[in-house]
Amino acid sequence: MSNEVMSALKKDYIYNLILKGERSDGRAFDEFRDIELRTNVIEKAEGSAWLKLGKTEVLVGVKLQVGKPFPDSADQGVIITSLELNPIASPDFEAGPPRENAIEMARVADRGIRESGAIDLTKLCITEGEEVWMVFIDVHVLNNYGNIQDAASLGAIAALMTATIPAEREGKGEDSPLPIRDMPLAVTLVNIGGSMLVDPGLDEEAVCGTRITIVSNQDGSISGMQKSGDGALTEEQLLSAVEMACKKASQIREANLLNI
Amino acid sequence: MSDKPEKFIDENGLRLDGRQVDEMRPMKMELGVISRADGSCYLEWGKNKVMAAVYGPRELHPRRMQKADSVLIRYRYNMAAFSVEDRIRPGPNRRSIEISKVSREAFEPVVLTHLYPGAVIDVFAEVLQADAGTRTAAINAASMALADAGIPMKGLVAACAVGKVDGQLVLDLNKAEDNFGDADFPMTFTQDGEVSLVQMDGNFTQEEFKQAVEMCKEGCQKILGMQQEALRNKFAGELSTDEVDVELIEEDVVEAESDDVDEGAAEPEEVDEDVEESQDDVEDHSMIKADEPEFEEDEPEDEPESEEDEPEEETA
Repeated sequence: MSNEVMSALKKDYIYNLILKGERSDGRAFDEFRDIELRTNVIEKAEGSAWLKLGKTEVLVGVKLQVGKPFPDSADQGVIITSLELNPIASPDFEAGPPRENAIEMARVADRGIRESGAIDLTKLCITEGEEVWMVFIDVHVLNNYGNIQDAASLGAIAALMTATIPAEREGKGEDSPLPIRDMPLAVTLVNIGGSMLVDPGLDEEAVCGTRITIVSNQDGSISGMQKSGDGALTEEQLLSAVEMACKKASQIREANLLNI
Repeated sequence: MSDKPEKFIDENGLRLDGRQVDEMRPMKMELGVISRADGSCYLEWGKNKVMAAVYGPRELHPRRMQKADSVLIRYRYNMAAFSVEDRIRPGPNRRSIEISKVSREAFEPVVLTHLYPGAVIDVFAEVLQADAGTRTAAINAASMALADAGIPMKGLVAACAVGKVDGQLVLDLNKAEDNFGDADFPMTFTQDGEVSLVQMDGNFTQEEFKQAVEMCKEGCQKILGMQQEALRNKFAGELSTDEVDVELIEEDVVEAESDDVDEGAAEPEEVDEDVEESQDDVEDHSMIKADEPEFEEDEPEDEPESEEDEPEEETA
């Protein structure tokens, strides 16, 4: 987020370092920070995940409730994703209604899960037109050191994969795992001085003009994308970013999600 | 909402509205439609009807929002309550806030923001009737309104979307394709061929994605052509002499920019004056004035000839 405060000197330093091919924390341009994932950390939630991406931390909780379907999709469950930049996570976040930054991030996260078809919504129908399961995915940002978007995406899919449909509690039969059929993952790259860097840290987010988030699935297909920031990308940058994002996503998936 | 059609593309390869897969809906645009605004454009694209207006550069209040080294661009995408089948509640919602943000960011790379430090350029895009593709229609209109207002830009911005129906990529989605299709991928290209807005949802393979980018690029190039023609139609008549053209083309952009920065930096409070001053290119100004009572249109005139991408309101 460019609203983070940083001195011009430090920005210069980071920028010049990148021109020399280095990042301020010593990572390679295509290297993610360390990922630490713990699931089922909140017993009261139907599914949950505590994710650390470097020092960035998010906690994602999944709750399910019985509700009414939308009239135009009477036989399908409902997904509602929310993400807020709580003031606990950064001195730059303020309480109050979400700003455009937070709204954008929440909507990108929501589309990533929805459009990939990761949740089989037809299996969440209880009685067509009357009752369906509503899946609430709430992303709680705890500590912001950059790239909340990717942390939220990984945390969300991990939480969903561990979630149970609480059918007994609601008197709707037996509990069963939430039907998950894909593992969409967002990978964000930033353009600094013409170089594309994955997983921007806080300082890099402050320096970059352009960021692009790409959501890709297990089969390498793309189900979401969003460019953000006041710069532009060349066509080549866009295409190579997509390739890189798919590659990174599959590595992360393999390392963190396949054993859940 | 109507039901999902069984097929989106018939055996002749035509879409529900009779278009080819790579054919856009007809587009027409008119400049200078809002006389109070510094620049404006009414655009129809299929059944979409949008109106864009630009005010500024003008003084920004509250002052804490002012940016010391550049102009602030504000972009407001707004749908009229009656623009869609089921009335929507007027005012901003999460969708419109997001669209406003990414649309603004589509223009930030092309507007020469350093020329008017402390000032604001307001872009208002009103969707009067919506029929799939309103954000792209609004951007196309806003691009024209900015040029009409004489805002110094590196070039125009054009937007269009590619989608996927029946496993086939299609350019410029219609309502059914938008609602029930498998992907929606709006994008903008600048005159320099850079990409300044990318959004996507749905599902593309990587190969499809590459094709979609190409398809979108071709669409945007067509739109850029139409935009330039519309600007020419409005302004070229006043620019009959060759001298002016040569002068504009030869002008060194870098030089011109740095001049303006100095002016602006020296008197941040008086941006409005700066604007007028910098646009007092006597020759051009008077010529355009003949037809336009308001000030400032020396910029668009070079837009027309700027096949190459150095527009500039020229100055100094």
